[in-house]
Amino acid sequence: MRQQKLLLQGVSKRFRQGRQELATLNAVDLEVERGEFVSLIGPSGCGKSTLFTIIAGLEQPDTGEVAIDGDARHQRTGKAGYMPQQPLLLPWRTVEENVMLGLDVLRVPRQKAQEQARELLKRFGLIEFAQHYPATLSGGMRQRVALLRTVLFNSQFLLLDEPFGALDALTRLACQMWLLDLWQEVGASVLFITHDVREAILLSDRIYVLSARPARVLRVVEVPLERPRGAEMLGDARAIALEQELVSLLIKEQPL
Amino acid sequence: MKLRWLAYYGPALVLAAALLAIWELAVSANLTLAQSLPSPAAIAQALADNWDVIYDNAIPTLTETVLGLLISTALGLALAVLLDFSVWTRRAVYPLLIVSQTIPIVALAPLMLIWFGFTIAPKIIVVMLYCFFPIAVATADGLASAEPDLLKLLKSMGASRWQILWLVRLPGALPAFFSGLRIAATYSVTGAIAGEFVGAEKGLGIYMVTSTYSKALPVVFATIAVTALLSLALFVLVNLIERLALPWYHASRAALTMGQRPLR
Repeated sequence: MRQQKLLLQGVSKRFRQGRQELATLNAVDLEVERGEFVSLIGPSGCGKSTLFTIIAGLEQPDTGEVAIDGDARHQRTGKAGYMPQQPLLLPWRTVEENVMLGLDVLRVPRQKAQEQARELLKRFGLIEFAQHYPATLSGGMRQRVALLRTVLFNSQFLLLDEPFGALDALTRLACQMWLLDLWQEVGASVLFITHDVREAILLSDRIYVLSARPARVLRVVEVPLERPRGAEMLGDARAIALEQELVSLLIKEQPL
Repeated sequence: MKLRWLAYYGPALVLAAALLAIWELAVSANLTLAQSLPSPAAIAQALADNWDVIYDNAIPTLTETVLGLLISTALGLALAVLLDFSVWTRRAVYPLLIVSQTIPIVALAPLMLIWFGFTIAPKIIVVMLYCFFPIAVATADGLASAEPDLLKLLKSMGASRWQILWLVRLPGALPAFFSGLRIAATYSVTGAIAGEFVGAEKGLGIYMVTSTYSKALPVVFATIAVTALLSLALFVLVNLIERLALPWYHASRAALTMGQRPLR
């Protein structure tokens, strides 16, 4: 039997806010195949990030099942490389030491961790900044360092929560292309949150469209573009049609 | 480099020199009685004349101060971790910490003399009573200010509570810890002097007392000046240690204040 990297079945979650119960997720079904790049788009505040904290094992769903590599029973922390919206680099660690953070948690010996971090930085063009402190880096660079930190911790399964949301358009495009390179090279399965339709189309194999809160899956679409992708593919007629379809779907869900 | 140094410390030096000059003039113009307020020149003379005795008395004071400060640092850090450990330890420990600061420490010094005699112990305890509190509170604040998302990230990696403390929270609390340590360092010499005031065999505190009794006012002032210099030296030392320990902190602050461009 072929086994998905991630399988969510009927995942629901409510939060209590004072006396009110706030339904956040409503019976979400979702799957990510091995090596697949899947995006989640949805209106802001719809509960995408909550979904991530559940997959990362920081919260448990009220109902439903989350299985990573077919395993729904054991603890999920450590089984995915989770990257929150902010880069959250440690200001007292150099770029290299920041990339090593996950290995420190795993108690990998210092020297081995350092070798691996250097190799990764070299492969993805950041080696010249290895000894810099994050404060001296630009926004795009910080996001890339945070991504490498995530990859070094777990290169098999990445949970990326709007990693490029705060970047300007050009930096963003450069980072997207860089991410595609990285993804293809390490062969990871990726689940990617964004609320940028074009970003989702450019990067993904499949896109899940979520509704407004409480989030449920409105539609799942395959992206009909070949790999390797380039920015110019967004001008492709199929991409434009898909973009329009998704935008008109989302605009109905977006709260004012 | 030299110019910047001058621009930074120059104003304070000029002001201090001006105040000393006014003081000197006021005394020599007989605006005050030379017996009750010696002139800066007389104080400097007294310092030079009694240097060997003052030096001899400064050594025990400095020893008490440094030992007290070191123990306070360890105690303050331990208390901060304890305060931070859980809501319950915080609720239990914090009120007691505050109460410890409402005790008039000076009034406690004679008691210590009864308990411990003319040893070094009561002085070190007085220094600690002054010093552990700012260190504990500042460090606890620093620990509490860790970014919640960062803690989430570490938890998602499966980090244990102690790993989170060691990898993220303690290093992040170091700038706050040094702020506390700076305050403690400036208090510490005063603490040692207060401890010696009620009784000691040697030390700047007891030397001040005996000089006052023998009406050697220039010597008293000279001793006060040495005390102030010791405090200042400790303050500078803490700053130096901080710079060596937290190169990243100064690098990032410089990047912010000097408007240094980020790379690319």
